[in-house]
Amino acid sequence: MLRNITIGQYMARDSIIHNMDPRIKIVITIMMITALFFIDSFSGYGLFFLSVLVIISLSRIPLLRIIKGLRPVLFLVMLTLILHVFFTRGGEVIWQWGFISIEAEGLYTGFFMVTRIVLLIIFTSLLTLTTSPLELTDGIEYLLSPLKRVGVPASELAMMMTIALRFIPTLLEEADKIMKAQMARGADFESGNIVKRARNLIPLLVPLFISAFRRADDLALAMESRCYHGGEGRTRLYELKVKGTDFAALGVALLLCMVFIYF
Amino acid sequence: MLIELKNVSHIYDDDLKGTEALKDINLRISDQEFIGLVGHTGSGKSTLVQMLNGLIKPSSGSVIIDGVNITGEKTSLLGIRRKIGLVFQYPEHQLFEETVYGDVAFGPRNLGLSEEEVELRVKEALELVGLDYEEFKDRSPFNLSGGQQRKVAIAGVLAMKPEVLILDEPSAGLDPQGRQQLISLLEYLYNNKGMTIILVSHRMEEIARLSNRVIVMSEGEIVFDDSPARVFSEVEKIRELGLDLPEITEILWRLNGKGLRVRTDIFSLAEAVEEISRELRGSSKC
Ligand SMILES: Nc1ncnc2c1ncn2[C@@H]1O[C@H](COP(=O)(O)OP(=O)(O)O)[C@@H](O)[C@H]1O
Ligand SMILES: [Mg+2]
Repeated sequence: MLRNITIGQYMARDSIIHNMDPRIKIVITIMMITALFFIDSFSGYGLFFLSVLVIISLSRIPLLRIIKGLRPVLFLVMLTLILHVFFTRGGEVIWQWGFISIEAEGLYTGFFMVTRIVLLIIFTSLLTLTTSPLELTDGIEYLLSPLKRVGVPASELAMMMTIALRFIPTLLEEADKIMKAQMARGADFESGNIVKRARNLIPLLVPLFISAFRRADDLALAMESRCYHGGEGRTRLYELKVKGTDFAALGVALLLCMVFIYF
Repeated sequence: MLIELKNVSHIYDDDLKGTEALKDINLRISDQEFIGLVGHTGSGKSTLVQMLNGLIKPSSGSVIIDGVNITGEKTSLLGIRRKIGLVFQYPEHQLFEETVYGDVAFGPRNLGLSEEEVELRVKEALELVGLDYEEFKDRSPFNLSGGQQRKVAIAGVLAMKPEVLILDEPSAGLDPQGRQQLISLLEYLYNNKGMTIILVSHRMEEIARLSNRVIVMSEGEIVFDDSPARVFSEVEKIRELGLDLPEITEILWRLNGKGLRVRTDIFSLAEAVEEISRELRGSSKC
């Protein structure tokens, strides 16, 4: 029931994109997304879309999977479109009915914004689709480590993220179990109005929190008894290494960004 | 109450490999049975018992309870859950109320019973599991010992007065005394309350002593479904499946291997002592 909610959407594949260094992937993603906001023509979007297509085909992620990933933001996309189409004024009046009108400017801006949002989502989801959560936290830790000097606890943040990611599936499993145990005692999680439903969640949430705290306690104890004392001086099992393909990808991304920003 | 499983198979939705947790299970469980369900970890025991009260719907096949197919769309599962009580593994993890009373009352209240009736049932259920009503009713379940918490959780299911009681590894993690109390409780419920009981356990002593039918599962299939005496006489096969024999059976078999002609279908200590001494006396006479 609850177990089939996948956390993060990582799809394991053996592809050039998957094997890239997570740090480089994060940097490229940030660059490309920043550049996306400089694009001011549909031809620029065309080029961006083309590069997205190339990445998708290199990553061996089925196109359908990416389209499905857009479903949750469908509402946002539609809302943006509708707001712009009906409320942005200017240009030729295309359609009018009473005081409602659609004008050229609105239509243009509407589609422009929607394209931007869609490309933004696709590009970021490409990062999470091709990079496992652990690699992602590793990458973030490295990228944040220069900030340690000014007091940002980069390793601790990364450890927290790793632990959270590790325990989400466990907690979902636990939630599934508790839910079933309460249903066996006649609990009803599926009917009633909102207030009733929220109240009905108490028998699920209380045991879930208790178990989460118990697990946190156990984990802290286990980590301490193995001498964990923060990130200072910790070495890693798998060192991240930047390879030739990473530099090549970074080069291409830089070039693209220049094009987007200056043209 | 008659529970029937017909060609039941199950694959968990999120199981990427698509392994069948249950494969074409056919089963009939009638009144007044005490069933011991055994099998190694991951053999599908928990999946099977959750199927019996509609918590999991089979991927294919049907579950029929008192002639009603509960796999159909419109069936009242509340009615079924009242009749078939399920005590999950580590049931104390489901406690949530501020008081023991409130927690045990959760089930009966969901059944829509009057508060007087609820109180009666809570009282009865707590006494059944051996917790004094006056002493425990206002205590927080979270300040009890692990063994007491488990008793409260079991009382929570008993308070629904099920006709069939299913327990998924109820003795896991209990101390010997707690296990003994649990065994006595199950014996009492079976003999005096006329409940049908399905006990999932890894402790073959419990299974052999209590049940009158043993179902052995492996890889989602039922490999044996017979009386304890017959099942535990398949010594080789039982070991092959990675299961233990009851200690008494083990000893009797070994004595047998050493040439002492003792019966091996005995599961109570007293009878085993009797049998061995009888045999020893017999052989010393010759
Ligand atoms: N909620 C679940 N989601 C996916 N697979 C599960 C789930 N529960 C159990 N399984 C799988 O189904 C099989 C049978 O498990 P289970 O019924 O729990 O066995 P047992 O209780 O005998 O140990 C196992 O392979 C297990 O991994
Ligand atoms: Mg189990």
